[in-house]
This record gives sequence, structure tokens and C-alpha cells, in this order.
Amino acid sequence: MIKDVVCTFCGNACDDIEFEGDYGRNLCPVGEAKFARKERIKTPMINGKEVSYDEAIEKAAEILKSSKRPLLYGWSSTVNEAIRLGVIIAEKLGGIYDQCSSVCHAPTTLAMIEQGIVGGTLGQAKNRADVVVFWGCNPVEAHPRHPTRYSVMARGFLTRGRSDRRVIVVDVRKTPTAYLATDFYMIKPNSDFAIFTALRSIVNGHEEAVPDRVGGLKKEELIELAKTLESAKYGLVFFGLGVTHTRGHERNVEAVIKLVQDLNKKTRYILQPMRGHFNVVGSGEVPAWEVGFEYAIDFSRGYARFSPGEFTAVEALIRGDCDAAMIVASDPVAHFPKKAVERLKKIPVIQIDPHPNLTTKIADVVIPTAIVGIEAEGTIYRMDGVPLRVKKIKDTNYPTDVEIMEKLLEKIVR
Amino acid sequence: MTSILIKNGIVVDPEQNINGEKMDIYIKDGKIVDECKADKVIDANGMTVVAGGIDIHAHIAGPKVNAGRAMRPEDMKHVRMKSGKFRCAMGGVLLTCPSIGYEYARMGYTTAIEPATPTLYAIHTHEELDSIPIIDKAALPLFGNWHLTFKFAAEKDVEKMKSFVAWAIERAKGYGIKVVNPGGVEAWMYGKNVHSLNECIPGFEATPAEVLTTLMKASIELNLPHKVHVHCNNLGVPGSAETTAETIELAKKIGEYCLHITHIQFNSYTGDTWKNMGSGAEELAKLINDNPVTVDMGQVIFGHTTTMTADGPFEFALFKLAKSKWINKDVEIETGGGIVPITYRAKSAVNAVQWATGLEFGLLVDPDKIVISTDFPNGGPFTSYPYIITLLMSKKFREKEIEEKGVNNYIEKATSLLSIETERTFYDIVKMTRTTPARILGLKNKGNLKVGADADVAIYPFNCNDMPDYERILKALENPAYTIKDGEIVVKDGEIVSENWGKTFWVKAKEQSEVIEEELESVFKYYTVSRGNYGVREEWIRRAEAIRV
Repeated sequence: MIKDVVCTFCGNACDDIEFEGDYGRNLCPVGEAKFARKERIKTPMINGKEVSYDEAIEKAAEILKSSKRPLLYGWSSTVNEAIRLGVIIAEKLGGIYDQCSSVCHAPTTLAMIEQGIVGGTLGQAKNRADVVVFWGCNPVEAHPRHPTRYSVMARGFLTRGRSDRRVIVVDVRKTPTAYLATDFYMIKPNSDFAIFTALRSIVNGHEEAVPDRVGGLKKEELIELAKTLESAKYGLVFFGLGVTHTRGHERNVEAVIKLVQDLNKKTRYILQPMRGHFNVVGSGEVPAWEVGFEYAIDFSRGYARFSPGEFTAVEALIRGDCDAAMIVASDPVAHFPKKAVERLKKIPVIQIDPHPNLTTKIADVVIPTAIVGIEAEGTIYRMDGVPLRVKKIKDTNYPTDVEIMEKLLEKIVR
Repeated sequence: MTSILIKNGIVVDPEQNINGEKMDIYIKDGKIVDECKADKVIDANGMTVVAGGIDIHAHIAGPKVNAGRAMRPEDMKHVRMKSGKFRCAMGGVLLTCPSIGYEYARMGYTTAIEPATPTLYAIHTHEELDSIPIIDKAALPLFGNWHLTFKFAAEKDVEKMKSFVAWAIERAKGYGIKVVNPGGVEAWMYGKNVHSLNECIPGFEATPAEVLTTLMKASIELNLPHKVHVHCNNLGVPGSAETTAETIELAKKIGEYCLHITHIQFNSYTGDTWKNMGSGAEELAKLINDNPVTVDMGQVIFGHTTTMTADGPFEFALFKLAKSKWINKDVEIETGGGIVPITYRAKSAVNAVQWATGLEFGLLVDPDKIVISTDFPNGGPFTSYPYIITLLMSKKFREKEIEEKGVNNYIEKATSLLSIETERTFYDIVKMTRTTPARILGLKNKGNLKVGADADVAIYPFNCNDMPDYERILKALENPAYTIKDGEIVVKDGEIVSENWGKTFWVKAKEQSEVIEEELESVFKYYTVSRGNYGVREEWIRRAEAIRV
């Protein structure tokens, strides 16, 4: 039996998986699907034709070197060691480095740049939190073990289980997570900013400034919610794309950060974004220590420039700035807007990924690699930044992302 | 590897009592040797040759350093070097990993210690250390707010504390014991802080004094090369000088050397409000000189910077004071941390006192007991070391700076700086940047030029026997003629000419984790990481070097 295996699917990065052959104990349904046998890209390909790894890498390097401003995108489902090499390759090429956050929790980063963030590890939810808020997020479906392992039922140092916690869910519909709630507040879509602001007014003693209804909630409900928040000895607000991707975007996140700052003047509170992929945090941390920024980084002037909305993948593609792209461990064709995908179809695309996806269909060069956390080891960061070393639990003939990046870098600086 | 002869240099090496003697230094295979056939000769005629500098306390790697970078793109956008033969180097005060390595080397520094890593995040810290080129490094794991520390401190169980320390340092691949505001960060989990050494830590029977005493005893019994590295309670507030004095008393009671108080400047204020705060440096300097304790300066540099510390409650107080942005991080049941941007203004009475207090320490404490530091980035950039050194070496320069920067004249009343005539000799400076930090860290092959020492050498373009004026000293210190790391020339005339990768030191103490097996098992119930996944393996580090004790 292999113990302490780290699940490489969602931002929970549960590290208590035990493998007995192909059976993984403690896996949630999403994790089971991740570890189940899936279709693989069989061999490297150039324009759909099977080639050797050397040929594919040579061709990829040629495309990247002859490109004026390649886009290197993806990264959230590979290890930091590969990401680091990817950042260096982008720097040496004078290209753009961007990662999945740019279509996900980028508003959280922007809000953090404005306000900072009052955070903590998931252990704080487990050990101390007596009020837990899920705002615009649905862990029961997106991070299935989050409630049992960290936030709702977890037995910790001060909070000994579900009965010690008051669980608040705020969302625009009654999600499965709402059924776990002590109090559920159904709000109108796109009203998060207004509600955060109303709550801040109440917490800061300006109740009279709050109108009778805000975002579908009655003033009494808002006061009740504010009182619940204030009643915590140690409170924790988890928030998801329901906050970052509704009207207001980073302003919503800023407002909730400010609410948490205000609550800290009365009691203790922290905030945690529900990050998606198992290493989306790493794909921001690594470029930050290598070149200073988390995403949307351009190197065309020989140094790093950060400009969200300019050097973010979608915008750079739509503007037609990038004349080649390398996609690592991601599937932008499935997730980007149509216009960005149209640009991807026009330019040479290199894909590095274990599994075929929609991006494979438009890629000129396809390089299959080992699956991180199953066939390849390395470092990843959980949603709260806690670093974990993912394991190699199966042998494979596929090379790792790191090995491919090393060879590419060698050819590029040669 | 090439062999090098540094010919006719004027050598300063306090470890060997060499003060400005014309000598030849030979280097082979990364070490200083007696004599050898040299592939390369450096003519150091008229230049000063010293060991590479050692920074004993600089936040250069790990989760909070990186969170600071992410929060401050306005600081990171500063370009130091474009991408080319070397990496692009970014950052104003905060720096990227490539910048950190290059900037240290460009000052003639070759070793730096990251002083505050949560063991839970040690993998991250080592990833960043591994990305810093050229310099040697090490990390100090945080112990001062760990539940197990409180437990063993409450039981006054030095045996168990020893085992715990050895176990945790091994897991973190760390170098020693760091303590930050003992008990205060745990109190912060309840929205509070601790305000004296003898106050009970919330939820535990232990006091900060017991935490410190038990850890100091454990560090002696484990024979750790670097003893307890302490950020005292009550940091950064008027009245902190008293707490610092009490902390020194604790070490005095133990009777042998076991305490390094870091960034002492931040912990040396008298008074009881910001209106009447003053410097406690004069009294504390006497206490330090008379007792078995060492310190580093924590000098403040006027300008903007980003404060970052494991002292969560302090950063919250600073956030309320500065009304700036604020990052906080509470880390399981072991530590916490915070980040707040700040600007030190010469015209502010408080900031002026901070600036003067640091210099007072640099001028009043025995150079065998004090190391130059800015507590990077808390007091300011480490790239200001040449500036700090010049201030310590020249009263004229100090006067000029006070005049030109318009330093608030409250320092006349609140500090003794203006009445200090001392000008540090270059021999003193070499102690404060090489010999003393190497001794405090127990790095025998560093900070000196003995045969067998690591070939980390800085050559500055001035003659220390014929000291030039302060302007030329500053320029020379900012632009070493050569920096040699591991026997390789990495800097020439202040510019990077080649890049190599330094070592990461860690301490392997005799571990008896079976003594604390029961406690470890029970404590991991409160972690969100399995015990098997907690910590760092040596093979994950680029160039780890274990020091066995």
C-alpha cells in the first residue's frame, strides 16, 4: 500500500489518499475520476502525424524561436519545477507567460494588490473557526472533501466538529452546499458588492445608512447576518467564482476583503479563495519569485512587465499579439472565448499534456507527458499555499513535463 | 575549476588578527589554500581583500516574501538587469530570486540567512532558496508559537524540547531555532497579543519567558551551531527596550552564550506613547556588551519598503497605524505572519528615532557582538549595507545625511547619536559583516580567509590603510573590484560576470523523536497535512549540505 498520496485534482490537494493497486482509499468522486484510467495521447505528433520525442521537441523549439511573441499558457496542473522552467523559457524568448488564474481568480489577485488579504491555512478552518461562510462557492460539488476534511465537520483543536460551527451559505441559488448551512441566504445575482458594503456599514456602526432591501435581502436579514459574523470567536469566509465573476469582479473581492479587515477590529477573521486546480497557486507563486509577478507577464522588452487585460492570454490572443502558443497542462480551446480560440487556430500551437482534449485538435505539435501525481513527482501548492510534494505511484514510459521543459530550454538558449 | 592567485592585496581578516597586511591569497577547488599553481592572477595592488560578507538576517525566501512581491507589483516593476547572458533581475526594495543573488554578490556578500520559515511551508522556502543564484544560504524554522513548544515549555521539559527541536529542524531542513514574539502570535488567534515575558499564553500554562528559557537550554544541549535567534515580544512599540532587557536577563541566568537578538533597533524604544518614545540603545548596548548575547542592527533606511514578519499581531497594529494594505497569514498550530507596506520618513520624529537608534547600536556595541542588518526588507533594502557601513565609518557623513535629509531634530532629545564621536574602523566593519556573523552562525569556513576556508572573497577598490573620504568608501563598497564565490569570479567591477549555485546549509542534530512520538502523533490530528508529507527531503534541495552535531 502507498500511503499519504496527494490527490492532484482540485485545490484541496487532499494528501491522505492510500493506494492499494488501482484502488485509492479516501478519494472523492472527482478524485476517483482523476485517478481512473483515461484516454492518453499515445505518441508525439506534428500536424497529426506520429513522430519521435526528439523530432517533436526540435519542431516545438523551432516554432518558439522563430516566433516574435509566443504565448506560454496553462501551468495550473503541473508541478512548480516545470513551471519554473516555463517562466525562464518565456523570459528567454521574449514571450508572454500567463496561467489559468487569468480566467479564474485573477480578480482576487487584483483585489489583493489593492488591499492585501487576511488569510490563513485550511487548518484554521479545522482548528479554530466557529463561523464558516461559503460565499458564491459550492464545495460540495467543486471541492467535495472540503467540508469533511477542513471546514464543516472537521474535528479540530478548538472546534470539535459540526455542532461547534455555524455555517453560512450565501449564493444566488440553493446549491448542494446550501443544505449544509445553518443559515442560507439567497441573494440576487450581481449584488455581492452591495451586500458586502451593507454588511460593512452595519459592522462599522452605520446601520442607518442601509436601505430596506439590498440584493434581495431584507435589512433585518442583513443585520442578522452581520451579527452572526460578529459573533464568531474566529470566523472564516470562503469565496468562489460567484464573487470574482459577477458584476464588480475585483471590486467585489476588495469589498469582502475590507469586510474581513473590519471584522478583525472586533474579532478574528480570515478569508480564503476557493482555488480550482491543484497547483493553480503554484503557477502564480513561481513566476512571482522568478520575475516578480503572478500572471499576465510580458518579456518582449527583455524584462518582465505585468499588465492584466493586456498580457492576459485571452486579450493578447484576441488582439492578435501572439504569433505562436505553447499550452502546458491546460485546455484553452474548451474554455476561452470564441475569438481567442479563433486566433489559436491561426497560429502554430504546441501542446504539452498527458491527455487529449479540445486543444489537441488544433495543436500543430503535441507532446504527451507523464501524469503529475500519478506518474511524475514534484511540488505543488494547495489552495492556501501549503506546499506538498506529489508522488510518483506508477511507472511510465512517458517523459515528465520537467524533462520536456529542460530539453526545450536547452534548445532555446543554445 | 580554476585556481586563482590574489596578488599583493591588503588583507583584513579579524579571525586571524590580520589588519591591513599586504599578502597573497591562493584559491583552489573552491577553498583558500596555502599556495598553488594559479591559472589566473588578480592584481590586487592597492585594493582591500576580505572574506565574502554574511547577512545573518534577511527575509529572502518563502511564502511571506513571495506574498509581499505579489501584493506589490508597484515595487517589482523596477528593472535592475535585462535578460541576456543572465536572468532578468527585477525589484525595487523587494527583489526576485535572481535579483537577490546578483545584488548580494554585487556588494561582495556571499552568504545570507532566511530567518523565519514556518516548517509547514519549508518546501516553499527551499524552492525559493534554490532559485537564488550564487550565494550560500540557510533557513531558520519558527518555534515561538508552536503548540508543542508551549507544551514542553510549560512542562519545563528540556529533554522533550531537544527532541522536538531536532525533529523539526530536520523536517524543515533548517539551520536553527527562530522565535518570533513567543506566545504573541498564538494570542493573535484570539485577537490579542502578549505584553510581557511572564504573562500566560492563552490556552497554555506556559509564559514567553519559559518558552525562551527552555529553547535556549535545548539549543545548548543539542550543541546547535547557531543558538536561539529571537525577535522579542513587544516589538516596535514604545517601552520595548524594557522587554529586550528582560530577555537578555533570561540568557544571563543560563550563564552561557545562547541568545541572538535580531533587529535589535526595532525592540529598543523607551517611553510609553509614540509622543514620548525615545531610544534605549545606550543602556541596552551596555547590557549587550556585558552579557553573553549577540545582536544584529535592523537599521532603518529612509524611503518606502514592505514590512513582513511572523509577528501577526504587530502587523495588524501597523495596518491600523499605516492604514495601508495588509496581508495576514495564520499557519495551523505553529505560527502566523503579516505584511504591510510602510514608508520611513526622515521628517517623522518616530522614524528619525528609529534611524538613529540603529546607528547608536552600530556605534556602541562591541563589533564582536553586532552584525550589520536592515532586517531586509523590514528596515529597508539590504543593498543599503554600503551606505550603513559608511555612516558608521564617518561622523561627517552622518552629519551630512542628517542635514540633507532633514532628519527630525527630535533625535537630539530622544537619542544619543549626535554625541557619539566613534567612527568605526574598517577592521571593525569586517568584523560586523564577516567575522562576527560567521561565529554567531557557527560557520567555521566562512567569514575568514584561513587556509581551508571557503573561497568566498570580496576585493574592494580602496586601500584600507589609507582610508579615503566617505564618498569614495561608499562607492568602493558598492562596486567591489571582484567578488569570488566558491573559487569562481562572479563579479568584476561591480557587475555580474558569471553565475554559480551556492549551498543550502542545514543542521542534523541527534534526533530522538521516539521520546516525543506520542505528542507528535496527537498534534498531527490538528494538522491538515499528513505527518508523512510534512517537511523537506534533502534530495529535493539543489545543493544541500548537512552540518552534523
